[in-house]
Amino acid sequence: MKARVFYSLAFIASAAFAQDVTKVLQRDFHARGQATMDRVVQDGVQRVCTESRDRPPAELAKSLEADQMKTIAYPSGSLMGDWKRGESIAQNGRGLQWTDKPGAAAGGSCYNCHQLSPQEASFGTLGPSLRQFGKLRGNGQEIQRYVYGKIYNAKAYNLCSQMPRLGLSGTLTEEQIKDLVALLLDPDSPVNR
Amino acid sequence: MAAGPMKMRATLNGGVTDVRVLMTHPMETGQRKDPDGKLVPLHFIQNVTVKLNGRTVVESQISQGISRNPVFTFRLKGGAKGDRIEVSWIDNHGETNQTETAVA
Amino acid sequence: MRKFLGFCAVVGGGFCAAVLAQDAKKEIQRYQQMIAEGSPVELFELQGEELWKKPQGPNKVSLEKCDLGLGAGVVKGAYARLPRYFKDADRVMDLETRLLHCMVTLQGRKREETAARVFGSADRPSEMESLSAYIAAQSRGMKMAPGLSHPKEKEAYAMGRALYFHRAGAWDFSCASCHGEEGKRIRMQDLPVLYKPEHARPVVSTWPAYRVSTSQIVTLQWRMNNCYQQMRMPEPDFGSDTTVALILFLTATGKDAPYRGPGTKR
Repeated sequence: MKARVFYSLAFIASAAFAQDVTKVLQRDFHARGQATMDRVVQDGVQRVCTESRDRPPAELAKSLEADQMKTIAYPSGSLMGDWKRGESIAQNGRGLQWTDKPGAAAGGSCYNCHQLSPQEASFGTLGPSLRQFGKLRGNGQEIQRYVYGKIYNAKAYNLCSQMPRLGLSGTLTEEQIKDLVALLLDPDSPVNR
Repeated sequence: MAAGPMKMRATLNGGVTDVRVLMTHPMETGQRKDPDGKLVPLHFIQNVTVKLNGRTVVESQISQGISRNPVFTFRLKGGAKGDRIEVSWIDNHGETNQTETAVA
Repeated sequence: MRKFLGFCAVVGGGFCAAVLAQDAKKEIQRYQQMIAEGSPVELFELQGEELWKKPQGPNKVSLEKCDLGLGAGVVKGAYARLPRYFKDADRVMDLETRLLHCMVTLQGRKREETAARVFGSADRPSEMESLSAYIAAQSRGMKMAPGLSHPKEKEAYAMGRALYFHRAGAWDFSCASCHGEEGKRIRMQDLPVLYKPEHARPVVSTWPAYRVSTSQIVTLQWRMNNCYQQMRMPEPDFGSDTTVALILFLTATGKDAPYRGPGTKR
């Protein structure tokens, strides 16, 4: 409750403006292909991160992260898929755009922001390098769950992370996320070589 | 836009004329596919001719390995201010275009 | 280079990747230098000039009476003063929005038809692209000075700033998600931090530009459209207040830079 009061005092001005922005977006945008208009309406995470410029009050962040954690649906059995398929998912930057074919398999756009396999020299730096990710951390049950969860919903771990919620947004399937877990954790994956 | 514009600049620098000419041309390699997956037919500039005051000074054959809207630069020995430079091209469809300028 | 790659194959590791990235960056810079020297952008300027002077639409008039902000028909220096407030339309407009306005009001063309194909292709460049290249080129050497004094200009600037940091869409992105921190890149593409003047200046002073990889002129309206596409948002209307506000915010942030475009991009 205390956090909530603090929140409303600190952000009341910018909150009003964010609503104005949403109205402007609703007036100025149109649906195209699979990019429908419901996407311009902010959810709680987007609103709080916009209003706080990605620095949410700690208490509020903790409670919203806990909510996000509940969205993660873990499949039963092993979380490790096939790292080779994972590599091509990491390379693929398509999915959910109005130019993408609805229903076609999407990619994770991983290389846009992360360094992964050593043979791919064209990698982005918006996110941390993931070279040797599994080699440094092992590939036990706990780390598998962390990687799966982080890819499924990055906001459960860091509320205003710039990483998309690739599972929750419907970008990647359960199988695809498992393949990415393998890309990061399998000892045979080039990421760990 | 095969029949699009050309633009040329010719400047005299210490006894050498630097010529730079831009051409509008798709320069299709015959290997590219359109959005429907069909091959786009080969369409490229085959010959470029350069004349200095009406006399042919360069006769060149080029191939499809050159980018769309190509730029050619070359240096001519001699030449004087006001000399007339003409550049013309012909492509594999028989389409042509030409432009001329005076050396500045 | 091949020898070096061989060495890397033997030694491997992060060091080589870093050196290769450095090397690639240098190569990209050399390539950018090379393409800037013989840019086909001039071909588009010529076509744009032709289109500016060509009678079109039901009224069979050219755009030569179009007021781009410095008076009817004044092209020289007009781009450097955009976006700005236009009294006749009672709103802030960027170059492309204003051109569309003139095509409708002067030439009598239908708005929907005219705006239907503003982003062209290599095979069929759009009228808007060539016109943008021509008009922008007439401001070379002039300092970028968009309108920032009229209340509607101030309002648009504030809206542009708010939009820049507004997170929405299927991937929770704002402009700042990519253009928010210095020294970052997507793949090999460096990302300017566009709310910082030193980053915005080289951008606003070179757009619109010829893009070598797609052989076409790209405009700022296209840039906004394409960013929202990649942000997994719906599509912004061409010339909407949203796009104009962002372009004004960007141009205002990079103001005072002498215009040296239309540029040449990768």
